[in-house]
Amino acid sequence: MIDKFVAIADAFEGVADGSTILIGGFGASGEPTQLIDALVEQGAKDLTMVANGAGAGGDFGISRLIEHKRVRKVICSFPGRKALVFAAQHKAGEVELEIVPQGTIAERIRAGGAGIPAFYTATSAGTLLGAGKPTEVFDGVTYVLERAIKADLALIEAWNGDRWGNLTYRSTGRNFNPIMAMAAEMTVVQVQHRVELGELDPETIITPGVFVNRMVHIAHGNPPKF
Amino acid sequence: MTDKLLFENVTPRSRVEIAKRVAQDVTAGWCVNLGIGIPTMIADYVPASAEVMFHSENGILGMGTAPSEADQDPWLINAGKQYASLVTGAAIIHHADSFAIARGGHLDLCVLGAYQVSQNGDLANWAIDGGETAPAVGGAMDLAVGAKRVWLLMTHLSKAGVAKLTRECSYPLTAAGCVKRIYTDYAVIDVTENGFEAIELVDGLSIEQLRRIVDAPIKMIG
Repeated sequence: MIDKFVAIADAFEGVADGSTILIGGFGASGEPTQLIDALVEQGAKDLTMVANGAGAGGDFGISRLIEHKRVRKVICSFPGRKALVFAAQHKAGEVELEIVPQGTIAERIRAGGAGIPAFYTATSAGTLLGAGKPTEVFDGVTYVLERAIKADLALIEAWNGDRWGNLTYRSTGRNFNPIMAMAAEMTVVQVQHRVELGELDPETIITPGVFVNRMVHIAHGNPPKF
Repeated sequence: MTDKLLFENVTPRSRVEIAKRVAQDVTAGWCVNLGIGIPTMIADYVPASAEVMFHSENGILGMGTAPSEADQDPWLINAGKQYASLVTGAAIIHHADSFAIARGGHLDLCVLGAYQVSQNGDLANWAIDGGETAPAVGGAMDLAVGAKRVWLLMTHLSKAGVAKLTRECSYPLTAAGCVKRIYTDYAVIDVTENGFEAIELVDGLSIEQLRRIVDAPIKMIG
């Protein structure tokens, strides 16, 4: 019998220092806040973190992970004006930053999960963010070669999940979660609702269980106000 | 703008008035992304009957107007991380699909703000000098290269009084040659193979006056 549900204390067993991790969410919507707390508890450090931002402020989520100095490098599109903890550490030279256009970061992750090692995009051609990357002209347009992102670990927030790891999401809490679930060796999901196998209509499953390794049931309620 | 008029007897459009002016040119049935900030206001002046599909890059196609406090759903936010609503017929999508809509040419229009725009349509709207300790680009580059039309909603002059329509951008580019039309406090200007072409001036403004606040050649069309 497949049952991917584990206790939260076991969710990050085996996660090593120096791992590359993907964290879902856009703002506080869809951020796996309680999993991040558990990762802080587990203690892995020197992490390379890939997320849309570098913390929404407050002492929760990505801000908390950075506050505890677990992150060595941030790969994101928009650090955010409220990411004060990140900004201070970045200024002090404690955290490296790689800025990636939002659509490029999404596609690099999707490609990582889909077995595509690299792809061309017109995004960032002729700009600072495309500088130094290989380019190619197709049909008269210049494209930049971008490498896929593959991670050791993904932290995902979902709405409904069954023991196979089939997932649905809630509203704009979906954001990066489905593509990040595909792109990691170890995908850990927190689900608001644990449902029985067969309860989810196959037509409505957004993430099929094959992309999921561990599940934790946490009925955490609404995202915090921001 | 400032209390003192730049040109005697010429009242510039306020930002709301520029947003209203852009809304007049948004065609029914289009798929449209509005940048964070003032461009977002354009949606308030597009009638629901036009069935324009507003795209928010965090994963909404069919975004509605800002909800009242009572109707706020903490899970439903827009790209500016403000509470959002959905229209009847809306779809929720993940980030890779959302940017496939942008990059893949499925947006009929994207309206952005700008620090600078050059006479060949280069756009600079994400960084001032490239030396920021923590620059933030978000989805601006993907939207600028992917939308069928990129329009700008902006003032002619920076707060320091420097012309933002220019021969060449000095700030880091968002995308090269992407801008098709510019709606400002004084004019509507097309960016063509021949450079800037004004197609509409606010009441009382002459093309000679407009030239004083554009740092590049500009001619009047029509």
